[in-house]
Amino acid sequence: MDLRDGPEEAAFRATLRTWLEANVPAGLRGFRGWNGAAALALGRDWSKRLAAAGYAGLTWPKEYGGAGKPWRYQAVYLEELARAEAPQHLGVIGLGMAGPTIIAHGRPDQKARYLTKILSAEEIWCQGFSEPGSGSDLASVRTRVEVVGDRFVVNGQKVWSSFAHIADRCILLGRSATAGEKHEGLTYLVVDMKSPGVEVRPLRQITGEAEFNEIFFTDVAVPKENLLGEVGGGWRVAMTTLSHERGTFGFALAGALDVAVRRLVALARERAGGDALVRDRVAREWIDLQALRYTNYRALARLERTGAPGPEGSVAKLRWSEANQRLTKLAIEIIGPEAQVADGDGAPAYWRYQQLRSRGNTIEAGTSEVLRNIIAERVLGLPRSR
Amino acid sequence: MDFSFSPEQDQLRTQARSFLEKRFPAARLAEIAASKDGWDRASWPELARLGWTGASIPEAQGGAGLGFVEEAIVFEELGRALYAGPYFSTVALALPALACAPDFLARVASGALSATLASGPSVEARRAGDGWRLRGETDLVPDAGSVDAFVVHARGPDGMALYLAERDDAQPLVRVLDTVDATRRFGRVHFEDHEARLLAAPPAAAKIIASTRRRALAALALEAVGVASCALALGVEHAKSREQFGRPIGAYQAVSHKLADTYVETELARSLAYWAAWCIAEDDGEADMAALAAKAYAAEAAVAACERTIQVHGGMGFTWDHPLHRYYKRALWIESFDRSGAAHRAEIAQALLGGS
Repeated sequence: MDLRDGPEEAAFRATLRTWLEANVPAGLRGFRGWNGAAALALGRDWSKRLAAAGYAGLTWPKEYGGAGKPWRYQAVYLEELARAEAPQHLGVIGLGMAGPTIIAHGRPDQKARYLTKILSAEEIWCQGFSEPGSGSDLASVRTRVEVVGDRFVVNGQKVWSSFAHIADRCILLGRSATAGEKHEGLTYLVVDMKSPGVEVRPLRQITGEAEFNEIFFTDVAVPKENLLGEVGGGWRVAMTTLSHERGTFGFALAGALDVAVRRLVALARERAGGDALVRDRVAREWIDLQALRYTNYRALARLERTGAPGPEGSVAKLRWSEANQRLTKLAIEIIGPEAQVADGDGAPAYWRYQQLRSRGNTIEAGTSEVLRNIIAERVLGLPRSR
Repeated sequence: MDFSFSPEQDQLRTQARSFLEKRFPAARLAEIAASKDGWDRASWPELARLGWTGASIPEAQGGAGLGFVEEAIVFEELGRALYAGPYFSTVALALPALACAPDFLARVASGALSATLASGPSVEARRAGDGWRLRGETDLVPDAGSVDAFVVHARGPDGMALYLAERDDAQPLVRVLDTVDATRRFGRVHFEDHEARLLAAPPAAAKIIASTRRRALAALALEAVGVASCALALGVEHAKSREQFGRPIGAYQAVSHKLADTYVETELARSLAYWAAWCIAEDDGEADMAALAAKAYAAEAAVAACERTIQVHGGMGFTWDHPLHRYYKRALWIESFDRSGAAHRAEIAQALLGGS
């Protein structure tokens, strides 16, 4: 047991920290979300710079253009990004989900075609999993994938898709057979977002901004070679995608929470330093952050030993989302009615946005209810609830 | 960066768990709690033979020369087993001061001596020839009735200092109090010109007290993790086997989600407790904050784990015959010691936010 960086990790961290100080564009410091065309344009440029400096695909194998480093380097990377309040690579869906899925299930020609452009941010990916009728119950998706001649034809609607409005490609889970077990009729495709019949509509969310989109597929032709895995074998491929969502995801969450707690401490010092109730709640959030951080370190040790993420990923997501909701609520309580005024870009506007945005945290990437089911059934071995 | 235990440390845990499960099965808890002494005295030399009482004592004094991380493993496992002897008192509360008296360390390592900490500004120490004499009373001394010696934080001529008073059978100086957790009883200790030896004068004494407090908070956090894990296991077991409306009650989300929350809180508490243990073992600068955070969080998590498990057990969880209340009472004891979570969070807030 040693919680300090080893010499190589320490050197990596120091180099990265210096690099970030010199390279994070001014317009992306204090980053709060990819909202608006200006931020996205900066984001692409920022992502290319990250890739050029070797910080994209740290854990990807070297043969696919990654750095082939152990998971701990990804953890250090996410911690340092949070410390600098710098955004991640714009292609998080490609780097964290599509890429690892292609590495696991793709053919050599697919790997050659897709992977380097994910790293370099030349191509941005989005995810077409959730549908209006299929949220937590993902295996019930109804988007149709039919074989017509030498290609697939896709018809249906996807929703809650981040980056779809700027994405070049989409990982799509659809239904190719209506008979039989529901998990067995699923097929996993790579869809070119520039194909005729793909229409993206931004979804305006509770904050007034649009990070997510709906995607409509109308008779979209997809070449046969875009199949990942086998026809009818899409569920297994989708599980790879979702397990990678949980790999070092906890570190990104703890990093975001670290930023939020630091800002909360500054806010409380300035505006409510003497209020005993506020002090107790700030201390609670600080403790929860440490608990999340060290749970991540335990998860990392297990991931490096076994290669498979443990149940800590669900724990981290569940607790981070609830902590972020409590913490942002506390911040707007400290600010008072001023937090209800939307203009300006000072602390009130920041916290107003964060508090509203946090309501999505317990819903996106697995609702808290589904995560509790996962823990109850897969970790504790309790009987299935349905 | 590696937050995992070594194979040797894992082995220590396996050994501890199997020894304690055999030696102190849950069925024996009621018997021990109802006994006059409140513990099984014969177990103390066994713990010493296993190397637990001397885990962090230098090899020169007969110890294993290991550190707080190894002790942490023992604390967690003893918490799981609701061990009723003075291990917490001796190893967490008394050992830092006993380090000033190497001959006593050797006796702790060999199992010949157990001790606790008696704090009281109303106890006065005065010089008597070569030695010292103590006079006064201290209250709420853990395991006062079980131990062989007392480390006494008393007022000396130059301020608060640490003394060592061995138990003297001629003097009825301890009154054991009827404690809610009958397996860890408090006592009132009265010193009537009791012979003592100086362990540390000010300002060294204050440093020892601060480090003792860190160890105690971390040790209790670790015990709390053990208690919470055990309560969770009992809850899960019951939810799997108890059927109502034709299904195991664990199939109902109103039940399973409570248990999922207990699992989450127990794991977070474990992370904080291991962090605190490592900080103490390495004398890390964050040790104080880590110990405060771990104790505040883990004690509350253990209390909540027991409360949820009592609820999951329905009426049975409310009975004296079921062992659950014993875990609950230990959790409450832990939560109350050195003040509750709110007080520790106030200290954390002080460090984060400055003066109130």
